[in-house]
Amino acid sequence: MTTWSRKHLLGLEDLSREEILAILDTAESFSEISKRDRKKVPALQGRIVFNLFFENSTRTRTSFSLAAKRLSADTQDFSASVSSLSKGETFIDTARNIEAMGADVMVVRHPTPGAPHLLSQHVSSAIINAGDGAHEHPTQALLDLMTIRKARGKIEGLTVALLGDIAHSRVARSNIQGLLKLGAKVILCGPPTLVPRSLERLGCEVAYRLDDVLPRCDVVNVLRIQFERQQAGLFPSVAEYSQFYMMTQERIRIAKPDLLLLAPGPINRGVELTPEVADGKHSAILDQVRNGLAVRMAVLYLLGGAVGDARP
Amino acid sequence: MGTLALPTIRITGGRIIDPSRDLDQVGDLWIGRGRVLADGGGEEAEIVVDAKGMIVCPGLIDVHVHLREPGNEEDETIATGAAAALAGGVTSVACMPNTIPPIDTQAAAEFVVLQGQRARQVNVYPVGAVSKGRKGEELAELGQLVAGGAVAFTDDGAPVADAGLMRRALEYSKMFDLVIMQHCQVPELTVRGVMNEGFESTRLGLGGMPAAAEDIMVARDIRLAEITGGRVHIQHISTARSVELVREGKKRGIRVTAEACPHHFSLTDECLRTFDSNFKMNPPLRTQADVEAVIEGLKDDTIEILATDHAPHAREKKMRELDLAPFGIVGLETLIPITVTRLIEPGHLSWPEAIRKLTINAAQLLGIPKGTLRPGADADVTIIDPSTPWTIDPTQFRSKSQNTPFGGWEVRGRAHTVLVGGEIRHTLGGIVHQGESGIAG
Repeated sequence: MTTWSRKHLLGLEDLSREEILAILDTAESFSEISKRDRKKVPALQGRIVFNLFFENSTRTRTSFSLAAKRLSADTQDFSASVSSLSKGETFIDTARNIEAMGADVMVVRHPTPGAPHLLSQHVSSAIINAGDGAHEHPTQALLDLMTIRKARGKIEGLTVALLGDIAHSRVARSNIQGLLKLGAKVILCGPPTLVPRSLERLGCEVAYRLDDVLPRCDVVNVLRIQFERQQAGLFPSVAEYSQFYMMTQERIRIAKPDLLLLAPGPINRGVELTPEVADGKHSAILDQVRNGLAVRMAVLYLLGGAVGDARP
Repeated sequence: MGTLALPTIRITGGRIIDPSRDLDQVGDLWIGRGRVLADGGGEEAEIVVDAKGMIVCPGLIDVHVHLREPGNEEDETIATGAAAALAGGVTSVACMPNTIPPIDTQAAAEFVVLQGQRARQVNVYPVGAVSKGRKGEELAELGQLVAGGAVAFTDDGAPVADAGLMRRALEYSKMFDLVIMQHCQVPELTVRGVMNEGFESTRLGLGGMPAAAEDIMVARDIRLAEITGGRVHIQHISTARSVELVREGKKRGIRVTAEACPHHFSLTDECLRTFDSNFKMNPPLRTQADVEAVIEGLKDDTIEILATDHAPHAREKKMRELDLAPFGIVGLETLIPITVTRLIEPGHLSWPEAIRKLTINAAQLLGIPKGTLRPGADADVTIIDPSTPWTIDPTQFRSKSQNTPFGGWEVRGRAHTVLVGGEIRHTLGGIVHQGESGIAG
């Protein structure tokens, strides 16, 4: 296994192919723990993991908390709504306070791109980016990669479509980086107002009509559509969006028989996917949640300064 | 000090560059009673400045600075901003009116003039607002602003978005023959933007401000200048297409001028990959192609003025998440070195060409009697050390703020000694001597 030397996980753009594979391999070994009767190892005993969430999140925060607990770390949540941030304390001051409480790792979610990068220059704790605006969400992409690799045994050579609002999606950006580094072909598909053509420069294919590209796809990752994008005039109505981009049984019929469907969630049933598709045999949505736990354990383990080889 | 008490100064052995007279020669420059003299008149100078190896030129003029007073004295005051100007070799500044309250009345303009006089650093000129309260709705009292000392009009910080108001401003200002300076940007196209829209903004997930937002308003305002006969000045031009539009407008004889800022000819939007808010300004850093077009525009004189858009922000405001940090960087104390390192040394502009854009062209834009070393002119003189390498250190700035993207840059070109109104107000030392005997050889 590659020796890990990074202090922070700020994005997949920074990581090499080998580093991404190292996290995925570590995660594989951790996923076994979840199947045990006693779902806990002492790897991070005595370490403090802080969840700093400046934006609402339930799933990601819960997943990180549980991952930290399974590694025996002490965890603490901090949300902007209940903090002194509302009294005018700056983001950096808040983080410094938490650092002073002994945080070894800070898991940071923030609506501004680059906020975790800024923190990494001002505090000495390890920073894990749990989503910075529309920039990156590395652990989500890692769990998507893990899910694809488990289902297909490989990533290289697969055609993966990211479907929906690419423009405002941190999940898309991290997935693009990870998928390209691991040798997948990436198609970005959605309405032109939500799919920036300039991403072709990274090596992605841009498509506006799902039905044209779907037959070629091995994997479709269905991104959540935010209703405020409609209000901002980026598409005319949710109904029209669904007509062109919702994964339905009809569309499943034109897809490859072994199509793998991912969705980072929370999903809007009847908008991005029909309930039958969401719960159908192509869907790996709940595998993603399970793998998310393993990936976050792996990341916390690698960044949390685990002593000795306390892995399972 | 009255002008009678001012000493006679001989600046000797420097390369005197005075583009107002197409002068570029090594020689002596005599100063007395606050003015440039034709020669020494056979008398000995009380002070001799040994300027061998230095450039001696008219005091630089910056047509675009924000000194934040009144209202945001935590960022800068007229005194600290004027001190920064002086240290940067700039002897005259034109202050933008986006203060709190804005400079939209005669009294407000007079306040800026008065604070400038009190500071006794450099010449401080107010630029009046185009619209009352800078709200973009109705014309401010332009004539009364002129009476208060205003040398131009702008709603800078924001564009005059309403085409009808812009048209009236260009028409009405003709009675003073003063220029309307415009921050060209269609607001509807830059909502939530923090950087140039393009590949870089897309990959970083940051809100974009398309080049077209600038181009569209530049095109509109040049056309409005054409139909009104008014004077429009394009502030901080940043896009290739805008440069092309100005070039074309000039060819057609329209009264349009333009300025470029050091960051727009030296940095690109790739800098934002660091998420450092010192690369966040408005208009934003653009692409390499835009940088090259701006340089081309400077070379063929489409852009006849260099200005800084000096925009100080206190550390606690600027060192924030990128979305929340304000736009703008300080520029007065890095104007000379970035111009030298990025325009003169690579051969884009000669020294006289660069100095022309920083002196007489700027004076003509504002209609102020500055920017020349013609005998009888006010003795504002900047002596530049063109060759000694130095490192830009923001902690040494005279400005109250340190928000610069150029910290740590190894550069050449620095204001060594600066005279304002015949008085030596700034020197790095070592070349100013009392009396003729002080100088050897």
